[in-house]
Amino acid sequence: MAARPGAAAVPRRSWFLTGVMGLMLVYAYLPLLWLIISSTKTQRSLISSFGLWFHGKFALWDNVRDTMTYDDHSFVRWFGNTLLYVVAGAGGATVLATLAGYGLAKFAFPGRRAVFSLVLGGIAVPATALAVPTFLMFSKLHLTNTPWGVIIPSMVSPFGMYLMWIFSRDAVPDSLLEAARIDGANEFQTFRIVSLRLLTPGIVTVALFTVVATWNNYFLPLIMLNDPNWYPLTVGLHQWNNQANTISAKPVFNLVVTGSLLTIIPITACFLSLQRYWRSGLAAGSVKQ
Amino acid sequence: MAIVIQEPVDTAGAPRPVVARPKPGAARRSWVGWAFVAPFLVVFLFAIVAPIGYATYLSLYREQLVGGRKFVGVDNLVDAFKDSQLRSSFGRVALILVIQVPVMIVLAAAIALAIDSGRLAGARLFRISVFLPYAVPSVIASLMWGFMYGDQFGLVKSINSDLGWHLPSPLSDTWALPAIGNIITWEYVGYNMLIFYSALRVIPTELFEAAALDGASQWRIARSIKLPALRPAIAIATIFSIIGTFQLFNEPNILKTLAPNVISTFYTPNMYAFNLSFAGQQYNYSAAIALVVGVVTAVCAYVFQRSAARSEA
Repeated sequence: MAARPGAAAVPRRSWFLTGVMGLMLVYAYLPLLWLIISSTKTQRSLISSFGLWFHGKFALWDNVRDTMTYDDHSFVRWFGNTLLYVVAGAGGATVLATLAGYGLAKFAFPGRRAVFSLVLGGIAVPATALAVPTFLMFSKLHLTNTPWGVIIPSMVSPFGMYLMWIFSRDAVPDSLLEAARIDGANEFQTFRIVSLRLLTPGIVTVALFTVVATWNNYFLPLIMLNDPNWYPLTVGLHQWNNQANTISAKPVFNLVVTGSLLTIIPITACFLSLQRYWRSGLAAGSVKQ
Repeated sequence: MAIVIQEPVDTAGAPRPVVARPKPGAARRSWVGWAFVAPFLVVFLFAIVAPIGYATYLSLYREQLVGGRKFVGVDNLVDAFKDSQLRSSFGRVALILVIQVPVMIVLAAAIALAIDSGRLAGARLFRISVFLPYAVPSVIASLMWGFMYGDQFGLVKSINSDLGWHLPSPLSDTWALPAIGNIITWEYVGYNMLIFYSALRVIPTELFEAAALDGASQWRIARSIKLPALRPAIAIATIFSIIGTFQLFNEPNILKTLAPNVISTFYTPNMYAFNLSFAGQQYNYSAAIALVVGVVTAVCAYVFQRSAARSEA
């Protein structure tokens, strides 16, 4: 991004500032560099060698294979579970937030103001403070230790709904809706044919942030799930890490490290490739209005 | 509690009519809007409102060895206020709140200003790189930093033995909290930076042109135009950080594996509520703690928002 047209006519490059910011870059990449280097090491050299340089045999491919197959392919199953929670949870959250945000922005209906205040209040309620009460209630309803225990709470995103309300308000002109109505389209056809396209950057933003939240979620599945068969990656990796502390201590740090790397790659790729969308979404949603 | 988000709407001076006064014609008064809102609302009521209600109900009872479940009114809440473990856990998140949050916000604002100044070579790379850690799950962030912190086999140990330094263990009593603060900063500084950067990008260019005509320096522009423009964004980011800090759980819970003697089961309020439920089976008291955490969070966010709004005026 170059300077915008009016911003103090083409400022000179400052090497001092660039240097200082370079330190930030080191800070941001240091753990990731450690992770990449460590994933090429065997369990033994991981523990004994200097963390920021390669050592001994290049074991990355062995590690990847072992990560995939260890403990009867647990990692692959956890990966599948994570995908399920992301598609159903984050996907559901995006759909519900889009419909509701649009509904609140574009229709006057009895009770709208009450709904709006209720949901805004929901933004202030911290998700993790709810986790224990939600667990207690879900266990009464026999929803714990099932995928529903993770999926249902992931499906509500009050903040996503708020973003979609702003988006619908700003990006969908009322005159366009009115024209569609005059042409005889009902509200659902109008939404599908006219509005949905205009809402796309907002939808991508909400989708991306709910996907990250679900992909990275740890507390909720940790509470809800007992059966390792339903674990997502985050809980599973932590369990592998804990294995070193059990009585029959069987440390598999090289698999924890390699599994972490494999977990980060898809979500980072997702973020980088959709940059154009979510940056405009973020700008419009959280700051501009 | 609605304050949190309404604030930017008000201060931005944006038209806030959609709720207050529906535009005539466009939004006709009919029930069809409910069809759009209802699915969200059903899940919202089930997954957010109902658990709060259930927790409130639970907090009014106590399980007893003799006599089973008994109504005790606000006794659990009274106990919570007298509980020294809960108080110490609040003390630790309060430290994070007054030290780590300001450091992170200032750092994020400084980076955003630096990237926006146009004086960096490779600004794009900086923007993406600083943001990247946000995509890393906090579990993995804590695992990585935890490995590096290790003075038994981690980076700290390597530095101490190879260079002959005597770095203190980051996972010791004194340094555990700063070590956790560092992980949180690493995870979220880029996210906050991006919010601030977006706020800077929408400043009308005429302002800069006028300032340039007046011969204002870059510093002057940053101080008089950019910083004031950042205020609403900083307020939002701070409120989200306050909420996030009180919820602290993942990072200490992961590091606990490495430092079980330093990081207790009541290290943060949330860990306390979790361990009461899952290790102690004290569901009623745990529900009361969860309520206290929620209320304290909301009150802090509200107080901050009020004082931010007042200094704005």
